[in-house]
This record gives sequence, C-alpha cells and structure tokens, in this order.
Amino acid sequence: MSPAQTSAKKIGVEKIGPTPVSPPLDARSTALRKVCVDALVSAGRGHLSSALSLIEVLRVLYDDVLRFRADEPMWAGRDRCILSKGHGCLALFTLLADKGFFAKSELETYCQVDSMLGGHPERGKVPGVEASTGALGHGLGIGIGMALAARIQKRDSRVFVITGDGEINEGSIWEGAMCASKHRLDNLTVIVDRNKLQSYGPTIDVQDLEPLTDKWRAFGFAVADVDGHDVNSLRSVLARPLAAGKPTCVIAHTVKGKGIAHIEHDPNWHHKSKVSDDEAAALYAALENA
Amino acid sequence: MRKAATDAIYELAKTDPRIVFVGSDLGAGTMDKFRKEMPERFFMEGVSEQNIIGMAAGLAMDGFIPYVNTIATFLTRRCYEQVAVDLCLHNLPVRLIATGGGVVYAPLGPTHLAIEDLAIMRALPNMTVTAPTDAPEARRLVMSTVDLPGPLYVRIAKGGDPVVSRDEDGFQVGKAILLRQPKDVLFVGIGVTVNRCLAAADQLAAQGIGAGVLNMHTLKPLDEAGLLSAAKGVRAIVTVEEHTLMGGLGSAVGDVLLRRLGRTAPDLITLGIPDVFPEKYGSQDALMKHFGLQPTQIAEAAVRVLSAPVGAAA
Repeated sequence: MSPAQTSAKKIGVEKIGPTPVSPPLDARSTALRKVCVDALVSAGRGHLSSALSLIEVLRVLYDDVLRFRADEPMWAGRDRCILSKGHGCLALFTLLADKGFFAKSELETYCQVDSMLGGHPERGKVPGVEASTGALGHGLGIGIGMALAARIQKRDSRVFVITGDGEINEGSIWEGAMCASKHRLDNLTVIVDRNKLQSYGPTIDVQDLEPLTDKWRAFGFAVADVDGHDVNSLRSVLARPLAAGKPTCVIAHTVKGKGIAHIEHDPNWHHKSKVSDDEAAALYAALENA
Repeated sequence: MRKAATDAIYELAKTDPRIVFVGSDLGAGTMDKFRKEMPERFFMEGVSEQNIIGMAAGLAMDGFIPYVNTIATFLTRRCYEQVAVDLCLHNLPVRLIATGGGVVYAPLGPTHLAIEDLAIMRALPNMTVTAPTDAPEARRLVMSTVDLPGPLYVRIAKGGDPVVSRDEDGFQVGKAILLRQPKDVLFVGIGVTVNRCLAAADQLAAQGIGAGVLNMHTLKPLDEAGLLSAAKGVRAIVTVEEHTLMGGLGSAVGDVLLRRLGRTAPDLITLGIPDVFPEKYGSQDALMKHFGLQPTQIAEAAVRVLSAPVGAAA
C-alpha cells in the first residue's frame, strides 16, 4: 500500500502536516514493538498506536538517561518518569519488563481480571510505575511535586513527565507549566508526544495547539523540537536539562502507530476493544516489513 | 477557626520537617511566620487548584505531608478529579483544610457556598471527612493528623464561633463526642451546628424535654458504635447539618439506623439544606435561619417529632 493510498483511507490525515523523516527502526525498536503487539493481541484490546509513537522516547529514557534500580523500584535516589498519557502504557510496560522490574510473562496477562497490568498504569501495583494515570492532565502537577521534593531533600533526581499532545488540551497542564517555571524547576523535563492525532482526529481540527514551541517557551520553558523516533537525537536532547534555572520541554515529533505502516496516522487505531485474528496477523506481517 | 488550624500547622511544621504548606491565593499575610521561618516548605501557588492538588500528591509520594488550604468550594468542586485520582486513588497523606464550609460566604452567593463538600468528599474511597465545631476543636483535630493514614478533608467554619468543645473530652478522628446525655431525643450535629444543637437542648430542657447532643465531628469513618450507644433508649434522633440533605450527615446516620436497627430504630428527622442552590444573601446566620437550622427551629423540630405518633416522623 502506498502512502497516498493509506492517507486516502484515514480521516483528515492529510491535515497533520509533515511528519518526521526518521532513520529506519533498528532491531531493538522493532523487537520492543513486537512485545507491545503480543500484549495487545493476548488481551484483544489496547491503545496500540498511542504506545508505538512512544517507543523510542521510552527506550532512550530507560536505556540511556534514567537512573533506576529495577530490583529496588522505590529507591529514593532514582529519577522519576511519569507517563502522564497513561493510555500509552503498553510501551511503558514493555520497557519496564525489558529492564526487569517484573517478569516478561506478566505482559501475557495484560487487562485480565487478576493482572497487575491494566489499560492504564497504576502506582503500587506495577513496579516502576510512578503515578496512576489515565485521566489526562494529572502527571505534570505530580511531577512538579516530585521535583520540588527533590529540591527540598537536596537530591539530584530528575523528573520526566510524558504527555500526549491531545492531553495538553487540559487546563491543568498549563497551570502546571506556570508553576514549574515560577519555581525554576530545571530538574523537570516535560516530553510531549507530538503525534498530531487525538482520539477524534487530527489535533489541528479538534483543538489546534500551534504554535506549540512558542507556547511552552512563553510559559517559561527551555524548548527543543526533536524527531521522536531518532534514537541518537533523543539521547542527546534528553541527556541533561536544556537550561539552568528553567524547566525543559522536549517536543518529540512522532507518528501515531509508528512502525506498522497500515495503522500509522489512523485515528481508528487510537483504541481497539477487539482485535480480530486477521488484524493480529496483519500487525505481525507489517512488523516483519518495518 | 482557620487561624487556629493554620497556627497548629505552623507548630507541627516547626518540629516535623515532613510538613509543607500549600495555599492558592490566600489573604495577604496569611501564614507569614511559616513563610519567613520555613520558606522552602511554604508554597503559595495562585488560583490553580488542579495543579496544587497534583503538586501536593507528588510531594506526598516523596515523603512529605502537605497541608493544603483554600476556600472549601474551590478545594472540592474545582479539582474533584485531582482529589479523587491524585490523592484518594494513591491514598496519600495530604490534608485539605477547607475554609468557609457551608454557608459562611452567604453574602457572596452560591458560587462561594460549599453545601455539598462533605457528601462528595465522603463518596471518595480512602478519604477521611471531618468538620470541627469550634477553634479549639480545630486545633485538637489538626494536632492529631500528622500520622493519620491517607487523605483528610477538614471543613473549617467562619471563625469566632461559640466554643462548645471541651479539653477534657480530648479528640480522636472517627470518635464522636457525647456532649450531653439524651433522654427523649438525641441531636446529632457536625461543625457549627453542634452549638445550635446545644442551644436547642437548653430550650427543650426548660420545657422538661431531655435532649442529648452528639458532636459527630467526623463524618467518615462514621462512629457507628458511638451513635448507637448515644441513641439507646431515645424516642427520636434529629440530625442537623449546614449542608445538603443528599449524602451528608443525615444520610449517613439514616443509613446506620436502617442497617443496624431496622424497625427498632428511633424516629429520625434530618435537618439541612434541601436540594437547591441557596438564592438568598445576607449572613451565615440568616441563611441558616432560612433553612431552619437555628436553635429555636431545631427545638421545634424535636417537639414535632416527639408529639407525633411513633413512626410518623418522616
């Protein structure tokens, strides 16, 4: 299927504008995506495309940036990573299992009645999850509290808060943005998963966010735009805060559904409550060709 | 009452480095001593209740005990989801000090009245819900809260309220205080209605009716044993709350009586605010009179129930 054909089937996708021309996905990125798809298929449901846009961001955080102890998840000296867009949890669970916070076999139980892994992440249930999210717009306030706590306790922990772009429609995000810059929280980094689609369709139609870089800058953040699927660029931009005395905002330009061509940019894949055998087979086939 | 509560928070913070204070946009000079002496633990964050609750949650997750203070209606309605998810779902020790509960802000109109705060806080799992009756009780309450598990809501009244609580009764969250032993009828009050109940009991005593008064300062968890023990042998119970009748003290007491005593329960009259937004201004006292919550009206309700045939009260 050519990109033009793909677009024709998808609601308003021509409106989302240019998407990043990322380097090809490497073997690790593809393998992580396969773990997400396995969990989705075993549960028969989930927010797959919202997770796939996040894979490289989370991979770089957990591989290269965050300080943590998988066998001591609440170690006080750790960096905190809050997935404020909790519906992207398939990606977070994949990375946490990959790092040994819990057994990979747990992923097979995703969304089952007794599983610790539900459709949104929960603190206290899932080792490594810092906050129970799912209701949107909550992660930044919590992250600010953690960043202030680190300052009072004289810890050098960094706090990362990953939001969706649809999520930042919430007013609470902008209350938090004012608060973070007032307190000059340079130990706080907000990462916006800028995949330009929300549940109903393109963000430009539902609630236009542009000029997004200028907005965060106006709210007192040091801002960088980055290709959210380019591992090297992410490593370099996330390695340290962008500026002293200011919170950092990294706008990660991503593709919703990245790596599975036929679901990329397709709002119909935002959330699936049923995945047929044919659909599952198509997901695996597309991953083979990624 | 707010000053008694905030003074107590200051005192606690002086000796406990886990305690932080978070306000929104409080009156000029509020908690100046705290701000000057412990600036790293004092936060005044502007009119942004959603963020304030999230921030308090984050601080609590990393070991602090935040005391959050703003006007009751804004601390409950505006940021209800943050209170539910950030505080209650995570079961964090954040203390919500809600100023001007009930109809304290009568002249400011319905946007500023907190008439369903207790009900909506009560509906949230893990939340403890309290309303002290006077300044000394507010102080006793706050001083007892440091190590209380989970989130806590404290409804604070206007200030200058009649002092009816007694040092010798002590204070324990979840344990009602029987201020006067009943004979014929038991008044159950919460917050400032307790002093109205006592005044009503005085009026009834002059008429030879023995009215008791139970200070139910904690709505959740409700002291069922204390209620049933105080209610033993009375003909009727009258609950009095500066709050909607939907889901507050009357509902909670009625639920206990029905579940625990069934047909043997005393008659129950619930006095409070009906299912309306108050349309009048004036003063807290004027609005309470409008809703039948002043001593004479409470006494009259008791007389009515006692002179009706058994079981006909409702």
